This record gives sequence, structure tokens and C-alpha cells, in this order.
Amino acid sequence: MAMLKKSAIWIAFAVTLVGMPQIFDSILAISILNQMAIAIVFALSYNMLLGQGGMLSFGHAVYFGLGGFLSVHALILIEFETMVFSILWIPLIGGLFGLLAGLFIGSFSTRKAGTVFAMISLGIGELIAASSLIFSSFFGGEAGISGDRTFGPTFFGVDFTQNIDIYYVATFWVFLATLFMYLFTQTPAGRMANAVRDNPERAEFIGYSARKVRFISFCASGLFAGVAGGLFALNYEFITEENLNAATSGRVLLMAYIGGLGYFIGPIIGAVILTLMNSLLSNYSELWMLYLGIMFLLTVMFLPRGFAGFIMMHQVAWVRGTLTLLIKPYIITGVPAILFSLTAILLIEMSHTEDEIFHFLGMALNTSSSVTWVVALILSGGTFFATRKSLGQLNEAWESANAISKDEQT
Amino acid sequence: MTILSLKNVQKNFGETQIIRGVSLDIIEGEKHAIIGPNGAGKSTLFHLISGRYQLTSGNIRFKQDQIENLPPYEIARMGLARSFQVTNIFPRMNVFENVRCALLWSKGYRYSFWHLLGRQRELNDEAMHVLEQIGLKDKALFPSGELGYAQQRALELGIAIASGAQLIMLDEPVAGMSHSEAESSVQLIRKITEGKTLIMVEHDMNIVFDVADRISVLVYGEIIATDKPENIRANPKVQEAYLGEVPSA
Repeated sequence: MAMLKKSAIWIAFAVTLVGMPQIFDSILAISILNQMAIAIVFALSYNMLLGQGGMLSFGHAVYFGLGGFLSVHALILIEFETMVFSILWIPLIGGLFGLLAGLFIGSFSTRKAGTVFAMISLGIGELIAASSLIFSSFFGGEAGISGDRTFGPTFFGVDFTQNIDIYYVATFWVFLATLFMYLFTQTPAGRMANAVRDNPERAEFIGYSARKVRFISFCASGLFAGVAGGLFALNYEFITEENLNAATSGRVLLMAYIGGLGYFIGPIIGAVILTLMNSLLSNYSELWMLYLGIMFLLTVMFLPRGFAGFIMMHQVAWVRGTLTLLIKPYIITGVPAILFSLTAILLIEMSHTEDEIFHFLGMALNTSSSVTWVVALILSGGTFFATRKSLGQLNEAWESANAISKDEQT
Repeated sequence: MTILSLKNVQKNFGETQIIRGVSLDIIEGEKHAIIGPNGAGKSTLFHLISGRYQLTSGNIRFKQDQIENLPPYEIARMGLARSFQVTNIFPRMNVFENVRCALLWSKGYRYSFWHLLGRQRELNDEAMHVLEQIGLKDKALFPSGELGYAQQRALELGIAIASGAQLIMLDEPVAGMSHSEAESSVQLIRKITEGKTLIMVEHDMNIVFDVADRISVLVYGEIIATDKPENIRANPKVQEAYLGEVPSA
């Protein structure tokens, strides 16, 4: 039964992956889907470290970037016919190099978790990013290196000229990588990674070297980050220092955290949300990074278990059938909260814009008129207080939906 | 037959001598209690034997092997298991996972990333069996960090004994428990250490005299007596060491 349910989830996952470009078939959509695919593998690999192994890394882009650089080099070798194989296998090369980098760096960085590990990861990240600018024969300096994925043997007639071709290649690897990362959590090494995260000392007294357990997770994480780097190389056909520096490391941390570290599916959710924000929101506002930062702050403060944790919070109510009790309270709090967010965004954008007339939700607002400002301020203040006032009833509804009834107490 | 043998074990923290030359032989199959006033070094002695601390000097032999200064995981693999004074479990994992992890090494899984745990029927049955022994079978899927105190202590024991170690060391297994909790805990300890060697640090004298075959008295880093309970009770040196201080019962 459990077996059947699990298989059903995986089949649904595969169908979703394959079905997405049928629904979203514009060029923009395909390019976003490709970015999502890359981000999902990358964020899941990061969660092997932080969520499952308790290792906070500030330099995970190193494995992604190195895998990507080697993949682009592989593309170049294929182009010049030094090597002959289908570019379908490029992510494997990225993965292999990510694994090698993991083996080498992990051999000393996994000695301790906590602050020591975090600082070493930061140092290695800076080191590799800096050397990538120095060793320009391999990394191509600031311009990076580029290849061409259309060379090499075709795969059943597919020559990989279209982004959609790459999407299906990515789908194949995303599915495989996700499956293997999930299966890893079900093995002795994966389970001991949780144990070492929870209590490294006790793990040693049941026969496991905490360092070796961390090392295994670290290498596996490097492998899958490299696969993601390989997918990046295939999708963009070029790679630069930016893809292995601290900003990229920071972004994957945000994805995993916002999605939810404690759940396998969390980083997938985070990868989807951040990719959407990155590619859609950036069309609408230059300030999208600010909104991302605010979202991260709010997540840390109010949803420490991320979006996945927020969804899972409702499990108890779902099982009890009391979920419907929450619909009305959510609307009562949700409406002013959304209105507040909108007015707050309006205020921020109006302070930022230099245009006289600012277009917002179909309205043309005069930014030099004090009336616009006063109205916006009053609206945001009012909706803020309305949101705060409504929290009480939401809390109450939450308590009653999750309260343990008499007959359930043992 | 001696299963564990300490020869002139010393431990200094900086200038301070905490363990000043302890020699002790533990006989296979016995239930051995270590008692002594607070600060005598009982827990330190446990940490030295189980590999958490390095010795300043001396030797420790477990079965045939010298184990002093080996890392804890190597000592654990040889069949020496221990519990902790402060509950020391894997709080974010469920009760079943806690015990199953404790079984992994002894069942030969090592660092495997090619076995799927869900399919290891023998391992899972064994873990359930341990849960049954410690009375937590119906809490198998409960997050261990949210268990009550007495149940966490039971789980602590379960993790220690799961691997089937021959020598089990328990550091104040009933500290902080109510009288009735302590009583059932002692029953549990008897049951799960049957046929095994037990070394126990405990403050509750009733329990010590009830459970132990032999008792060692540790005072300021030295063992002043090792003997049968009735002889310990009559020993004037022991009485002197405890004089002026409540034999913390």
C-alpha cells in the first residue's frame, strides 16, 4: 500500500515534468522551465548538506560551477571531435567533476559541522571564485567560456537546437537525480546523516564516525550539484565566474530555506518560487531582489520550516477533517494582508520611480501629488492594522482546528 | 574472566587531577556499580572508558584489545555500549529511527548507500523487538524529541542496548525519575542486561544495592574499595568517605 502510494507520487512527478511544456509552451515559459529544472537539482543537492546533514554551506556554487565549467569544456571537445558522444550525457560529466571536487574538499572540510564547516565553505567559495578569474585558460576570465551543444551525434534524430529539446534532456536528469537523492535518504548512509545532524556525539557511540558520515553526504551533494551545473551548461552553452561565486551560493541557500529544509520536497518548492520571482518579477520591477530579501526575512521569522513546513502544518487538521474551519479565518486575514502587501509595494515603487506618472494595477498615479502619497500611506497603515487585528481570530480558529478532542487523549 | 580491565588510569584537566590512577577489573557477566560523592569523577571515568576523553596515562583493555584513546565509534563497534546522564538521543528523528540507527553498524550495514532500509525486514523486525522490550512499541512513529522524560530515558537505554553489545555502561539511568518510574526502569535494566556485563553509575543506594553484584567506591579520583555490596556497607573507609555527607540517596 505504502509502496503503491510512493510509486504513484513518482509517476505523478514524471507526468508533471513531461506535461509542463504542453501547458506552458511559449518560448519564455520553456526557458523558465529549463531554469527551474536546473534549480530543482541544485537546491535538492544543497538540502543534502543543510537539511539532511546539518552542514551550513556558503560555497555550494563551487560544485555547481566546476561541474558546469567542465561540461562546457566537454561541449568544446565534442565540437572539435576530440570526443564523440551525445550531449545527453554531459550532466554526467558535470556530476563526476562535482563528485571529484567534493571528494577533495570534503576530505578536510567535513571534520566539523557548525561554524567551522560554514567558514571553510565560505573560504573555499571565495578561493575558487578568485582563482577562476586568475586561471583564465580553464575558466575564461571574466567573459567565461562558451560551447555549442548542437555538435556531436544526434539522439534519435534530435539535434538539440531547440530549448524544448534541452527541456526533455533536463527532465530526464531531474527525474533521475531527484529519485536517487530521495533513495539516498532511505539508505543507512542517508539515515545516519540525519542522526549526525541531530547529535554527532551519540552517533559516534553507536559505531559511526560523524566525519565519515558527513563526508559521504558531502560527496553525494557535490555530485548532484555538478549534475545541475552540467544542465546549466547545456541550457546556456556558456558559463562564467558568476556561476560559482558567493551570490550563486547564497541563492541556492535561499531556495532551500524558503522551500523548507526539513522536507524532501521543500527545496523543489523553493526552486520553483525563486525561479519564478527571478524571471517574472524581474520584468516588472527593478526592486525584485528587495522583495526576495523581504520574503526571506519573513520566512525565517514566521515560517522557519519554509513553505513545505507551512503546508505540512495543516496535516493534523486535514486528518481530523477540521481544515474547513480554517477557510474563513484565512480569508479574513488574507485579504487585508494582501492589500497591505500591495500598498507597501506601491509605496516602495513610488519612492523608487523617477517618472511623474506611475502605472500600478491598471491605475495611473501621479507621484508628484501629495494626495497619492497620503492615500497610499493611509491605505497601507489601515490594512496593516486590519491584518494585525485579524490575527487573533486566526489563532483561535487554528487552536480549535488542531485541539485534541477528549476521545483522542490517552 | 575479565572483560574490561583498567590499569592505573589517570586523567588531568590542565593542572587538576580528576582521575588519579584507577585500576579496576570487571568480570564478564557481573553487574558492577560505581558509586561515590559528587565530583568524584564517575562520569569522567565513563568518558575515558568509552573514548570520549583521552587518557593522560594508563591502559584500558576490553576483551583482548587495548582501547585507550581509540575514537568512540571504534570502541562501540567492539561491543561496548553506553548511555548518558543527560538524555542523548536523535531528537528530530522518530523513536523507531533512533533504535534502527543504533542497530545499523552491528548488523553490518556500515556506510552503505545501496541498501534501502525499508526493505531490510530482519533489521526492521529487530528494531521493533527492541522497542517492544523498552515498552515504546506504540510510540514507534512518534518524534523522539517530544517524548516525556521517562520515555526518553527508556529510549536512551534502547539505543544503548540495540546493538547487542556485551558490555553496557549506564550513567545514572534513573536520575530525575519519580519513585515508581525508577522502579519500572530498574526492572527494564534487569531485563535488557540479562546475560550481559553491566557497569552502572548511580546515586540511588537502594537501586545500587539491589542491582549490583559488586560495587566500586570512587572518591576524589581514586577507587577506595571494590567488593560485594554487604562488604561495602560494612567497610569503614567507605563510611568515612561518606561521613558528613548524605550517602546521596
